[in-house]
Amino acid sequence: MTASTNASLRAFLHGLPGVDRVGADARAAMLGTRSIKTSAKRQAIDMAISMVDLTTLEGADTRGKVRAMCAKAVHPDPTDATVPSVAAVCVYPDLVAEARDVVGSSGVKVASVATAFPSGRSTLEVKVSDTAFAVAAGADEIDMVIDRGAFLSGDYLKVFEEIQAIKAACGEAHLKVILETGELATYDNVRRASWLAMLAGGDFIKTSTGKIQPAATLPVTLVMLEAVRDFLALEGRKVGVKPAGGIKTTKDAIKMLVLVNETAGPDWLDPDWFRLGASSVLNDLLMQRQKLTTGRYAGPDYFTLD
Amino acid sequence: MIFEYAPAPESRDVVDIKPSYGLFINGEFVDGSGTPFKTINPASEETLAEIATATEADVDRAVQAARKAFGVWSSLPGSERAKYLFRIARIIQERARELAVLESIDNGKPIRESRDVDLPLVAAHFFYYAGWADKLEYAGYGTTPLGVAGQVIPWNFPLLMLAWKIAPALACGNTVVLKPAETTPLTALLFAEICQQADLPPGVVNIVTGAGETGAAVVGHPEVDKVAFTGSTEVGRLIAKSVAGTNKKVTLELGGKAANIVFDDAALDQAVEGIVTGIFFNQGHVCCAGSRLLVQESIAEELMSSLKRRLSTLRLGDPLDKNTDIGAINSAAQLAKIRELSSAGESEGAERWSPACALPDKGFWFPPTVFTGVSQSHRIAREEIFGPVLSVLTFRTPAEAVEKANNTPYGLSAGVWTEKASRMLWMASKLRAGVVWSNTFNKFDPTSPFGGFKESGYGREGGRHGLEAYLKEIS
Amino acid sequence: MSERLSVRKTYKLYIGGAFPRSESGRSYAVTGAKGEFLANASKASRKDLREAVVAARKAFPGWSSATAYNRGQILYRIAEMLEGRRAQFVSEVAEADGVSGKKAGELVDAAVDRLVWYAGWSDKITSLRGSSNPVSGPYFNLSTPEPTGVVGIVAPPMGPLFGLVSVIAPVIVTGNTCVVIASERAPLPSITLAEVLATSDLPGGVVNILTGSAAEMAPWMAGHMDVNGLDLTGADAELAQKCEELAAENLKRVLRPNGKTDWAANPGTGRMTAFLETKTVWHPIGI
Repeated sequence: MTASTNASLRAFLHGLPGVDRVGADARAAMLGTRSIKTSAKRQAIDMAISMVDLTTLEGADTRGKVRAMCAKAVHPDPTDATVPSVAAVCVYPDLVAEARDVVGSSGVKVASVATAFPSGRSTLEVKVSDTAFAVAAGADEIDMVIDRGAFLSGDYLKVFEEIQAIKAACGEAHLKVILETGELATYDNVRRASWLAMLAGGDFIKTSTGKIQPAATLPVTLVMLEAVRDFLALEGRKVGVKPAGGIKTTKDAIKMLVLVNETAGPDWLDPDWFRLGASSVLNDLLMQRQKLTTGRYAGPDYFTLD
Repeated sequence: MIFEYAPAPESRDVVDIKPSYGLFINGEFVDGSGTPFKTINPASEETLAEIATATEADVDRAVQAARKAFGVWSSLPGSERAKYLFRIARIIQERARELAVLESIDNGKPIRESRDVDLPLVAAHFFYYAGWADKLEYAGYGTTPLGVAGQVIPWNFPLLMLAWKIAPALACGNTVVLKPAETTPLTALLFAEICQQADLPPGVVNIVTGAGETGAAVVGHPEVDKVAFTGSTEVGRLIAKSVAGTNKKVTLELGGKAANIVFDDAALDQAVEGIVTGIFFNQGHVCCAGSRLLVQESIAEELMSSLKRRLSTLRLGDPLDKNTDIGAINSAAQLAKIRELSSAGESEGAERWSPACALPDKGFWFPPTVFTGVSQSHRIAREEIFGPVLSVLTFRTPAEAVEKANNTPYGLSAGVWTEKASRMLWMASKLRAGVVWSNTFNKFDPTSPFGGFKESGYGREGGRHGLEAYLKEIS
Repeated sequence: MSERLSVRKTYKLYIGGAFPRSESGRSYAVTGAKGEFLANASKASRKDLREAVVAARKAFPGWSSATAYNRGQILYRIAEMLEGRRAQFVSEVAEADGVSGKKAGELVDAAVDRLVWYAGWSDKITSLRGSSNPVSGPYFNLSTPEPTGVVGIVAPPMGPLFGLVSVIAPVIVTGNTCVVIASERAPLPSITLAEVLATSDLPGGVVNILTGSAAEMAPWMAGHMDVNGLDLTGADAELAQKCEELAAENLKRVLRPNGKTDWAANPGTGRMTAFLETKTVWHPIGI
């Protein structure tokens, strides 16, 4: 597929099979009824913890806040060494260095949002420089936002070229492309945006900034998982998926894992290929994990708040 | 990373299966005069209970009880009949878990389906027709009930078919004698208990168990005014013949060989789900199953690879496991029939495929199976298999799709998958089938009339249309 | 000077819009109410019946997909043409039934009026019998009546025109096509009606009329696997039972004879609905 013109991009993206909303919702809901118990639940909880991108993206973020979060990312439960570290921490560019310093060589990655997050409304120069700054500060991963205005107005080439430019600015860093599906309105658009991001070189496609509702719903994640599955089959390159925003409970997280397992397949059940963009879900995972170990329901006072 | 789901069995403790069951006549459980038979769990072949066989004399007692109750029931104000039906609907909701587990044990269907599909629809059906009981004068079919309805139902949706039969009959003021299928009598007998809990007047609902002879006695009883049957076209024919020359009103919901038609512009992922729902829902024991996949040749390869990948994720096994997608085949006889037709498919030259799928040692099981390279002349493209077996054919143009879809003596249902609305409506208008699911499949609702064209039977169940079968025609 | 010898009409069958003689070459003498010879009518065979079913099947796709407005126009056109040949029908009915010219006139008028009545139903029965169903989910769900297909009709022996029109019109107005076994006793008005049909824009094959023995032909019609519905109004109890049994083979929709039908009464919708199927279409609602 050549992306030389907007017309050719449009012809390709609009030639993708449509997504029937009701059917996709029904499929996601059905997978949501899977009952994950005992040993499978234990496995799922650890898997989910290891896939969390522990995130703080607030105007009020401080170095202290980020340091605390990063410490937790490395040792989510200081009382239990068998709890795995999370996959990554996710912060604003100016706090990347702070995060890098705390996680060190723990294996926890540092991700940074960039490109005039969360609106994406700035010039390409600013976005590229935002990205370059974060990478220089030690970010392993960049979470960029696409220009939804351009996408919705049909200027696919602009979105495409912007992703390419950011990808170039990333260098070795992995690029996650945030589609902000809550603003794309239809699942057809989610599928098209997914393909656009993958064609332009994104390493991951990510649902949301977390600032817009709805965010990471099951059916939107389903549509994106179908996209990466089909992209691998057609283009021979594997792309990861990151639902972000709204994943609050262990149940939510496990439903996501079931969705991965039965859509893209077990090959994606790996922090390299699937992430959960969340913050509050981690403590719930830890509480559920402890319950499985002790047989007692856990209480929030026994887990750290950062 | 391999993610194995641990077993998640629904507890059997909620059901209390008695060692033996009698007939439910005139509000009481009584002994049957015939030789009792056993009902078994098709997933394990364990005997669940011994069931009474109703002889002609027992059926006569039931019909007399229903006849006597008809006077009382039909003269109740509609609003009172409505309240009984609402009460039954509520009890069904309250005891839904118990009924779902019992249904899965006796039938072999996955608990996910009995819990999420059968039981909600059963309760909804009673709620829906309860509301009609005092509004019949607005429906356009008159308000005079027929009398005693003799109803014979199949084993694929035991309780749902009971609801489809009993709810409209009672709403219209009829009384019923119902015979459940001999392999799945337990939920009907539990329903009898629910009638008692609801204080339904004795004789309004009578349940007689037994095999074909019992059914024939119900249908043939001279004091039965209305016959409602769901089952095979073969038996439907016999019933249609037997009522010739009588005044019995008849509705028949029979077999099918539905085409599920996928165009090249379809929403493919949802079409794949629709194909799966179409033929693997309830192990394919569905009269309206989408057993013939008609796929446009230009996307056949792509669709088949997606379908096969999807079928590999189906989970076959213990019907009570909440993660089971494909349960047990209902009986040894049905399993033999599915095997026979599948062998015929192979020997006629179609290519057989099933995902890697371990079958339990005990019980009746058949893996999800797809035949490609099927042509219209193959038996597997013409005969109803009533099992998890899909026959795949291709077409080139919409006209050819219609021609192939309609090229069957049946006419119960059809599916159409396309993102183009005008084509969908054109197809829907050309397909000779009582239900057309476009961009969906195997959806049911009490407000939606269901029934076939041609040899799939006559009459409609569900919706306002469903009342017609239980009321005297206005002349 | 001798009186002019009249040119008599040859009564043939009406199949696929044409007027063939019976392939069997058989005919039978039709007499009036007082026993006088009226004409020789064709005595159709089972092979004629077979041809008629083929013609009806061939006409079905076009007629059933014609617009309701168009079908209504054509039924109204039949009424117009019938009215135009009123005198001929009056004389045939008077001879057949042995009634006065005045009474015959009333019956012909009633037949015309009945056609007009049914003509108006063409684009209304769907709203009456269809429904939009509020299912519990994001689905558009619509039920519409559709014609059953090819309907075999045993026309009533009495009422050679009014009765005949009263059984044909409700079957075809909704889009069915039919094969009619005319009154054996009084078949002549049926063939004259066929002449009206042939000149009324009604596509050939929508109505096919056979004269002859109902007892001989009806069982073949009832057993025919390409006939979808059976109106036994004109069959006696014995024939009706036999036909209903045969009709079970392919699950034909059967309209049983209903004792003595009072053709003058308001016919209601029952004769139309007996040969209508309900088709329900589901479609998801989503963006």
